[in-house]
Amino acid sequence: MNELPQQLVNGLLLGSMYGLVAIGYTMVYGIVQLINFAHGEIFMTGGFGALTVWLILPGGTTMWLALPLMIIGAVIVAVTIAVGTERFAYRPLRGGPRLAPLITAIGISLALQQAVWAWYPGATSSLTFPEIPGGPFHLGSITIQTGDVFLLTAAPISMAVLGYFVMKTRTGRGMQATAQDPDTAKLMGINTDRIIVVAFALGAAFAAIGAVAYGLKYGEVNFRMGFILGLKAFTAAVLGGIGNIYGAMIGGLALGLAETLATAFIADIPGMQQLGGQSWADVWAFVLLILVLLFRPQGLLGERVADRA
Amino acid sequence: MRQRSLLILTAVLTTGALSLTACGSRDDKGGDSAGGGGTTVVIGVDAPLTGDLSALGLGIKNSVDLAAKQANEKKYVDGVTFKIEALDDQAQPSSGQQNATKLVADKNVLGVVGPLNSSVAESMQKVFDDAKLVQVSPANTNPALTQGQDWNGGTKKRPYASYFRTATTDAIQGPFAAQYLFNDAKKKKVFLVDDKKTYGAGLAATFKAEFTKLGGKVVGEDHVNPDTKDFSAVVTKIKNSGADVVYYGGEYPAAGPLSKQIKASGAKIPLVGGDGIYSAEFIKLSGKEGVGDLATSVGAPVETLPSAKEFVENYKKANYKDAFEAYGGYSYDSAWSIIEAVKKVVDDNGGKLPDDARAKVLDAMKGVSFEGVTGKVSFDEFGDATNKQLTVYRYEGGAWKPVKSGTYTG
Repeated sequence: MNELPQQLVNGLLLGSMYGLVAIGYTMVYGIVQLINFAHGEIFMTGGFGALTVWLILPGGTTMWLALPLMIIGAVIVAVTIAVGTERFAYRPLRGGPRLAPLITAIGISLALQQAVWAWYPGATSSLTFPEIPGGPFHLGSITIQTGDVFLLTAAPISMAVLGYFVMKTRTGRGMQATAQDPDTAKLMGINTDRIIVVAFALGAAFAAIGAVAYGLKYGEVNFRMGFILGLKAFTAAVLGGIGNIYGAMIGGLALGLAETLATAFIADIPGMQQLGGQSWADVWAFVLLILVLLFRPQGLLGERVADRA
Repeated sequence: MRQRSLLILTAVLTTGALSLTACGSRDDKGGDSAGGGGTTVVIGVDAPLTGDLSALGLGIKNSVDLAAKQANEKKYVDGVTFKIEALDDQAQPSSGQQNATKLVADKNVLGVVGPLNSSVAESMQKVFDDAKLVQVSPANTNPALTQGQDWNGGTKKRPYASYFRTATTDAIQGPFAAQYLFNDAKKKKVFLVDDKKTYGAGLAATFKAEFTKLGGKVVGEDHVNPDTKDFSAVVTKIKNSGADVVYYGGEYPAAGPLSKQIKASGAKIPLVGGDGIYSAEFIKLSGKEGVGDLATSVGAPVETLPSAKEFVENYKKANYKDAFEAYGGYSYDSAWSIIEAVKKVVDDNGGKLPDDARAKVLDAMKGVSFEGVTGKVSFDEFGDATNKQLTVYRYEGGAWKPVKSGTYTG
């Protein structure tokens, strides 16, 4: 079982990535009860934003200088697109039937994928993403890559910043109020339109950070990278309790760990050889989701309305 | 309650979204061939022109286009102008079948080159066979496509008479790699990974059979989902298994990142695969970590064959945006075999296309024999290429370098 520590780290890394993207699903759902299926593609555009910054920078720029600029580039691109879709696609449909924005989200998702495919130079196949030189680091039997270090630091810091923002700032409290009751919040003088934009923007920013981590970890970005990851992140958000920001992170970690451990150990159980391996990991992850939803339909951390933001 | 029904709805939509991406074919008219008087014969092309495998697919499309252009330029078949109609299957069997139906409906189509994926071919074979429309794949290597499901049990039976291929099968490719690894590279402990697709699983199985027969040991097996990029869990298993080589049955979009992640984990062992990873994209995806990886591919290296020099030159001259990749030569030969068959039919019919041109072309395919880009091109009673040469390539200095060529003998 000396594999276990490394597999736990693998799971945590994968889970952190799911968590970062899941925040976007959960925040938007918490405030406007919309499942923003285009969020996976917002994540993807963040990755391309970071890559664009890297390509613009003169060759030979050190990663220590380039990385912050790439994160800023990723966040700007993702936030601009997220806010743009909110303004021009979702806002006109607000107050309409629930289905309309949902279908719109799927449409935007396809449109963004195809737009990047068609117009980003070379995006018809995977594009190489720069890597942080150095590493890998060894901790006992655990090996950690430089790209993973970024993810391991970025995820908790992002979570802490988000927690502080929602709990302590005026805008954050406005978000909580809007989540509880949009109409009353409006009567109390909260500009709910602005709050909704902020929710979209924040979600996009975290997705962008996740996208930079994705690029650093796997060394490539492609126009379809947001599709599967977006679905997984959505699953993580439901698992953790959609609408709850801490739930998104916990759900992400649970999902990542479940997938990794299923890959690693199910096949070792006598008689389960056929059902093990990475191709079955998704099955086990969704078995976990079904079990959680059976016993706790509100997700791991519940849909505590008061905390929803 | 409303929320719950929303969630259920969402789940349904998610499934819908998953399958949505699989449909929707994007029409690509391909390069227009030079016009001319007389009859127009269309050669259909089906390959993944978008998505992860598009590098290989575009190479196929361009090479067929080149064959059509050359035939027109040389006026190879009197009074016939060749045109291509390229459809995108996105490596999805469902799209492949739709494309097949579309090509069958166009009466000018007398032959089809493609597809890239064995799994796509499975979905197309019956459609073409019902229409007696010739299909020649430059890339399918699954033995069952020509020799029936029981090919390994000894009873070979050709399921569809309209299906031909210029590529060699996995029944030869897997064992060839096993022999090279065991005898030449002295690797004794292998970790097998495949993507569960028709091509990947078949390749891994034939490799395993030969490798264990030679005395090698399989220290672990896993199957991956080629849509994901995170193989960390599998990589950790590989590292701890003590294997000295990894054999991957599948294609480069998963193989590249897999190889990179294996090396990054600290296990400095080569990844070996079939023609599905023999692509410049693999080199891009696996990065500098992939150096030393091996791939087998059908035929002798296209660039070194004297018969191929002309093809490489003409391809360069035609200024295609994309490289001809692993299957360029085979695609050219596939298209040319159709052109040869059309020529025979036209010549036999006094310079005109007969009414039942498709059936006649299908008949003529059996006798086709010419010196192609990849060597002598002709088909045996199953529709398989008679040319059974294979080559092992090693990733060195930013490119695939041929290491050893040979034919597999039982």
